[in-house]
Amino acid sequence: MTSDIRTEPFTVNIGPQHPSTHGVFRMKVTLDGERIIDVEMIVGYLHRSMEKLAEERTYTQNIPFTDRADYLSAMSNNLGYCLAVEKLAGIRVPERGEYIRVIMAELQRIANHCMAVGTFINDAGAWQTPLMWLFAEREKILDLFEMTCGARLTVNYMRIGGVAFDLPDEFVPACRRFVDEFPGRLDEVEALLRENEILLARSKGIGVIPTDLAINASLSGPMLRASGVAWDLRKADPYSIYDRFDFKIPVGTAGDSYDRFLVRVAEMRESVKIIDQALRDMPPKGPYKVDVPLALRPPPGEVYARVESPKGELGYYLVSDGGAAPYRFHIRPPSLINLSLLKQMLVGLTIADAIVAFGSIDIVIGELDR
Amino acid sequence: MMVLARWWDLRSLANPVHALLDWLRDRFPDWVAYVVSGLIGAAAIGLFLGVAMLLLIWVERRVIARIQIRQGPNRTGPAGILQPVADAIKLMQKEALTPFAGDKWVFWLAPVLLFVPTVLTMGVMPFGEGMVVADLNVGVLFIVAVGSTVPLVIFMAGWASNNKYSLLGAMRTIAMVLSYELPAVISLLSVVVLVGSMQLGEIIRFQREHFVWNVFLLPLPFLIYVTASLAEIGRSPYDIAEAESEIVAGYHTEYSGMKFGLFYAVELANALILGGIFAILFFGGWWTFGLDRIIPGWLLFLVKMLLGYWLFVWARGTVPRLRIDQALKFSWQFLIPIGLLNVLLVALEVAIWAETDAPGVILLPFAVVNWLGAAGLVVGYVRLLRLEGVQAPRPVLLTDQIGIVTRVTGPVGAGAAGD
Repeated sequence: MTSDIRTEPFTVNIGPQHPSTHGVFRMKVTLDGERIIDVEMIVGYLHRSMEKLAEERTYTQNIPFTDRADYLSAMSNNLGYCLAVEKLAGIRVPERGEYIRVIMAELQRIANHCMAVGTFINDAGAWQTPLMWLFAEREKILDLFEMTCGARLTVNYMRIGGVAFDLPDEFVPACRRFVDEFPGRLDEVEALLRENEILLARSKGIGVIPTDLAINASLSGPMLRASGVAWDLRKADPYSIYDRFDFKIPVGTAGDSYDRFLVRVAEMRESVKIIDQALRDMPPKGPYKVDVPLALRPPPGEVYARVESPKGELGYYLVSDGGAAPYRFHIRPPSLINLSLLKQMLVGLTIADAIVAFGSIDIVIGELDR
Repeated sequence: MMVLARWWDLRSLANPVHALLDWLRDRFPDWVAYVVSGLIGAAAIGLFLGVAMLLLIWVERRVIARIQIRQGPNRTGPAGILQPVADAIKLMQKEALTPFAGDKWVFWLAPVLLFVPTVLTMGVMPFGEGMVVADLNVGVLFIVAVGSTVPLVIFMAGWASNNKYSLLGAMRTIAMVLSYELPAVISLLSVVVLVGSMQLGEIIRFQREHFVWNVFLLPLPFLIYVTASLAEIGRSPYDIAEAESEIVAGYHTEYSGMKFGLFYAVELANALILGGIFAILFFGGWWTFGLDRIIPGWLLFLVKMLLGYWLFVWARGTVPRLRIDQALKFSWQFLIPIGLLNVLLVALEVAIWAETDAPGVILLPFAVVNWLGAAGLVVGYVRLLRLEGVQAPRPVLLTDQIGIVTRVTGPVGAGAAGD
């Protein structure tokens, strides 16, 4: 009789509307019981044709697009794009402008990692608590952004040749207070999570990416570093003024979800160090931008500039034909490329593990689909 | 049985009821008093559950909000206490959708049936001396039996929804409840063996007679029961059946409107009832080392009940979720064996007690032995089977150099612990 009973795999759509896909990402998973035997990822629900639209706008008008690519780290995206244009047009940014950019980019990294770690723990099932604790910290960073440029999420703060506004007087003390307080807050979160038996059981050994595969798949950012490769563009290919700061690269040893969580937490601590040094060394007065014509016409040529965004290597490839708008505008999105190993990571795991492994990648759909 | 027969003596809420029933018996045939007593019991349970659920939703949301550095609902009524009422009104106004391809009758029946075990369990719960609707002589068995019908109802909900998430959630529930019913029953068995009665009132009187709470005598069964009951009602860290981040809402994904509200309310009510069972079996019920002479016993019982509930809320706000196979493994490999060994220990003690016919003094060495036994069993069992103990957290390397620092090898993805 038992031979008559057969089980067949069944397909479940995780997303585009699912609590754990953080936006409109869709995974079509084939399950054998609870075990995943096939994954198909479907992207493009948030495609806004940014790269094509950018060809119709001037270089300055394109900055808001970069806010909306990775909307959780708008500052880093601004920075990457402005660096590319500056490289193309040969513009030098004044000293104070550089420092402001670094402070903003590092604050943004902390904000992004707060979100990434929080949602990762949420996916692992800790009902909102660590997420809310980290959100409280992220909120303070967004307040700092708001006091500087009026916007919290899509900041549109950096400009070609500097930043849009100088820092207000109250910024430095507020930022200093944040830098002093944040490590303690992070300790609290770590005390709750780092040695949590359930979290260890859920995330250790889940979604392991071997070093070779990580390199071959062109992963970057915390995903790559968790797999044992110390590769950080801030050190490997220093841009802006990152060669002046003293910080370390956190590296994982096992390449699993737990390591990615640890690397992100350690990176937040390193970012705090960088902000601390930048606040100390920043010239108190001085120009924060150079004047650039609104309809900037860079000389014909092509350029690729990359920054270490919170999610990985964020690259901007620009081609100029000498006109006021870029001939080609291309983004190398770390979210998409880090996600490319999804199938290898998930097949063989149970659906519960898959959510944890997926949550540890840290993607933003805006950047994924552009 | 009664402390005082004055109807206005509210130290036992049974007094006014008995006064009323006596009055009825004097003037009407016996069946009138019988029917009225049944109605009063039903009304009391209904009223209590109704008020408790509304209050608990508020408590849970406020407490969780405090844990999460938020405010929680604070707009509707003083300190937001009317928020659950507003929620309920909203839920009633919403359309209760039935999935087109679902099984309509079963889908409709499931949330209603889910209420039945909850209400039945309330029926045997002694709130105070004599304050119980039916003090069954098999009370413990009754609670276990009634509680074990819940997975059936949940499977009805999951199956009738015709939704893959619902079905996954329902399957998980069945596996969970089957696995955790056993340790729960085993730990209750320790109590029953020690007390020598399944009657809940008798268990409380045993604790009063020997002037000790069972939790001091039976620490291990208490811990096992807390764990197992958390799993049985599916609260964090065992909220596997409705794991929001994985399978949306599990078996009640498709439910909307007040049907969803019923699922939500029953979950809270079950947590409260478990708090009550903790109080009765392990914390003396209404009896609190003589404090019940000053404060009405039923108030003390309610406080204990709420403290038990608080434990569940606290757990929900703190811990991540286990994976289903990890949860099942924990039950079968760990809870059930040590629970059984502990029953053996308790049975031995009871046999010795019966032989020596010493009075309650002997309970003190028993308590010492049980505490040592609990520690020994947990540690020894883990050592013996070399179970994965506390997993060491891993450090993260900090480096200045660029390039490969450590090499990770091994299969991709399939590194999942345990199969």
